[in-house]
Amino acid sequence: MAATPHLEFERDMVEVQEQIDQLLELAEKKGIDVSRELTEMREKLQTLRDETYRNLSPIDQVQVARHPRRPYTKDYIERVFTDFIELHGDRSYRDDAAIVGGWARLDGEPLMLIGHQKGRDMKANLHRNFGMPHPEGYRKALRLMRLAEKFRRPVVTFIDTPGAYPGIGAEKRGQAEAIAMNLREMARLRTPLVSVVIGEGGSGGALALGVTDRILMLEHSIYSVISPEGCAAILWRSADHRDKAAEALKLTSSDLHRLGICDEVIDEPVGGAHTDWDGTSARLRTTLGRHLQELVAMSDDERRKLRWAKYEAMGAWRDR
Amino acid sequence: MAWFRKPKKPLKSGDRRDLPSDVFVKCEGCGEILYREKLAQNLHVCPACGHHFRVGVADYLRILSDEGSFVETETALRSADPLEFTDLKGYAQRLEAAEKKTGRGDAVVTGRALLEEQPIALAIMDFSFIGGSMGSVVGEKIARVGRLALEEERPLVLVSASGGARMMEGIYSLMQMAKTSAVLARMHEAGIPFISILTHPTTGGVTASFAMLGDANLAEPGALIGFAGPRVIEETIKQELPEGFQRAEFLLTHGMVDRVVDRREMKETVARLIRHMFVHDGPGFARGSPESSALPAAAPGESGKDVRG
Ligand SMILES: [Zn+2]
Repeated sequence: MAATPHLEFERDMVEVQEQIDQLLELAEKKGIDVSRELTEMREKLQTLRDETYRNLSPIDQVQVARHPRRPYTKDYIERVFTDFIELHGDRSYRDDAAIVGGWARLDGEPLMLIGHQKGRDMKANLHRNFGMPHPEGYRKALRLMRLAEKFRRPVVTFIDTPGAYPGIGAEKRGQAEAIAMNLREMARLRTPLVSVVIGEGGSGGALALGVTDRILMLEHSIYSVISPEGCAAILWRSADHRDKAAEALKLTSSDLHRLGICDEVIDEPVGGAHTDWDGTSARLRTTLGRHLQELVAMSDDERRKLRWAKYEAMGAWRDR
Repeated sequence: MAWFRKPKKPLKSGDRRDLPSDVFVKCEGCGEILYREKLAQNLHVCPACGHHFRVGVADYLRILSDEGSFVETETALRSADPLEFTDLKGYAQRLEAAEKKTGRGDAVVTGRALLEEQPIALAIMDFSFIGGSMGSVVGEKIARVGRLALEEERPLVLVSASGGARMMEGIYSLMQMAKTSAVLARMHEAGIPFISILTHPTTGGVTASFAMLGDANLAEPGALIGFAGPRVIEETIKQELPEGFQRAEFLLTHGMVDRVVDRREMKETVARLIRHMFVHDGPGFARGSPESSALPAAAPGESGKDVRG
């Protein structure tokens, strides 16, 4: 059974959903009235969802952020923006499909949209490299950001990557330099920048699109210096302890908000973005529009000064 | 057989026990047995094969700064352990042990110094402090020494040695990459030189932020430099890595560093670069970056050493 891809803690919900589907099928075939049973079961499903999603552990949050049905950058492009025209290539080596970018409009206003792109199935993932960019992906992103600056358009980035790709070619072509250059240049850009973590914010590969005036996070997205699996393998000597690592790393959207890194958490519909793509997109559009409006109202100098002050204040130290 | 006719055998690792290790050391590069004292005089570079032994902060201070010129800044900063992180051991305990071992508050030392009489801002990372990892204190100290370079118009020289981000500080450690790069962005616009020296090993978030952003990137011979660690790459691609992969010479070939510089020539190289980029010490063109009106242009006909700083 269960053709729907789902997470361990979603099993009960998927079962109820399947019962509802069977009931509907039966009703149609036999022409009997099942509305009372249907209402009951839908209520049961809603309660189950509410309870489960109110009590997600950090490692569950990680699972939701990586959910195979979760909307990706291109799904939001279709629902949040209009008139998208994709632009390709870093003008130096090749086009990296793990990052997409191009002109788009939000409420009619033109901007540059850039995001990590995961694949929905194996074939797409081979093309997209599971959303793990090579250096040329970051260099394409920087090229597009400079293009936006040239024409005085804001930049919006969507972050959704397990991390930068660890491979021979990536190192040869300067993965570290490409990420570093994005960090420095994003700090300098004379145009408004907003990033939205929509799924996985994985380490340096995420940050390379993330030095922005505002950092927004979808409720069930995560942002971390290392994956819980990687952290557990090093500090607990086994990836099996990833639940402990997920807890210790403080990587959920509410953690990031509390730690002063995330400016605003965008609530997802109960049950997560993967259960309601349109609903999530609508909330994202409203919040994004509000932040862009605030940023566009500032002068370039003022905005850059605030950006520097914000990043230079990040961290926690004691001055004994 | 007379004792003196015994065939000579090369020293094997087992024989090292016979040599007092406080006097002798075996070269990791060529196997030669070296006098520690002689090796130190040679800036810890093997005279036989040129292998660069790893050196500490105090050694690198001596290598780069004019004698007695270094004055340390920001010695009071300590990590606040913002996540109260505990794995098999508490982060607070790890910090305490590292401070006891190294005598330092965290993995970088910063300050003012003279380098061939030129005032500079200097930062040297300490790999022996939790693998030279970058947490809030490393990030903050580098940001502060960068601001000092900006305010006092001194070139910044930074010696990296790091395993990457300090994961026990979670997202804060990641954000130090952005923080240090933001200060470098301001220095870039003000025309203040930044010389990045990459020593063995420099990987992860340090490479992917300030270490790769030098106006000159200089690497020590044989240093391992990269973003992902070699083991992570091997596990990902399921094959062995080629000989010399991610070594300084590999980075030079692939265009990621300007020069591979022998430690014994490091100071002179840095001094020459700074004079080319920043100090006006000859007749000819006027000095100053177009974006920075703060830098005074040299008066016409003026010659001789720059005395700024
Ligand atoms: Zn040797």
